[in-house]
Amino acid sequence: MARIIVVTSGKGGVGKTTTSAAIAMGLAKKGHKTAVIDFDVGLRNLDLIMGCERRVVYDFINVINGEASLNQALIRDKNCNQLFILPASQTRDKDALTLEGVGRVLEELAKEFKYIVCDSPAGIEKGANLALYYADDAFVVTNPEVSSVRDSDRMLGILASKSRRAERNEEPVREYLLLTRYDPNRVKSGEMLGLDDVQDILSLQLLGIIPESKSVLTASNAGIPVILDDKSEAGLAYQDVVARYLGEDRPHRFIDDKKGFFRKLFGGRL
Amino acid sequence: MSLLDYFRASKPKSAAIAKERLQILVAHERTERNRPSYLPQLQKELLEVIRKYVHVDQEAISVKFEQDENQETLELNIVLPDFQQEEKRVNI
Repeated sequence: MARIIVVTSGKGGVGKTTTSAAIAMGLAKKGHKTAVIDFDVGLRNLDLIMGCERRVVYDFINVINGEASLNQALIRDKNCNQLFILPASQTRDKDALTLEGVGRVLEELAKEFKYIVCDSPAGIEKGANLALYYADDAFVVTNPEVSSVRDSDRMLGILASKSRRAERNEEPVREYLLLTRYDPNRVKSGEMLGLDDVQDILSLQLLGIIPESKSVLTASNAGIPVILDDKSEAGLAYQDVVARYLGEDRPHRFIDDKKGFFRKLFGGRL
Repeated sequence: MSLLDYFRASKPKSAAIAKERLQILVAHERTERNRPSYLPQLQKELLEVIRKYVHVDQEAISVKFEQDENQETLELNIVLPDFQQEEKRVNI
């Protein structure tokens, strides 16, 4: 059985596409045939983060409209042959995405793939609702910041009422928290919401904390998902996320600050 | 806490403020979200019925929906415009 994962947040710029690219790559690297779909119609970006922007010929909307077959539109990843990308269309017509059309494509993908990762657009408009409608699991990407936590809570409400599982009274969508752009030093000094603060409000199963890291930008500059960067904390944190999702028990890390004695002494301001 | 922090004047921690604001807001938004969608319509129709008999304002009716573990309570509070401004409550 294929599992459909939606990466969602409500708020923009919190790391949905970075997370989608990273976990899709992580799952594929573990040997699971994985497809990752960009639901952000009109503003596609997953292709850039995955580094396949020059190989886009057909897109999601073309497949829905029957202008191309799924196999024509899927792009095989250059780093991992178990990973395929279905890019969003650049059309400005948001109505091109239909509930029935998305359902048809997901059903066809489910025959061949183990995991289908849906990269949701920001907001609570049609694209975001369609990205989560068919989901089995939801990765709620949250920054330790007021507006992001509020929007995440809003998305949890939508998952609980507007998803197919909710409509059919089936077992609810499994919701997981990914706390991204986390800065343990700022948490420690009381300038940033900490893991416990966020969990007091959202109380979700924590898949991982992704520390604020320069390597995320470096990775997107190069079009290589950050999870492939073994030297980066963000990359390692995403590797943990994938392992935990697949059932491995790994202790959480990157929660505490790791400053050296002298930086601690001078409060990191020197 | 670093050595220099020790000498700095103690500032209010902004994360604590953020958390408190969020807790209040999220709790409020969750109760709003759980309200049945028919409430505004119910309120409107009730007002129409009551207006057949007594003249009351839109604000004279409040519909409150509460939910706990084992029951849902719909509370209608109608203020009738008599001399004592006495409140009559109807619970469904």
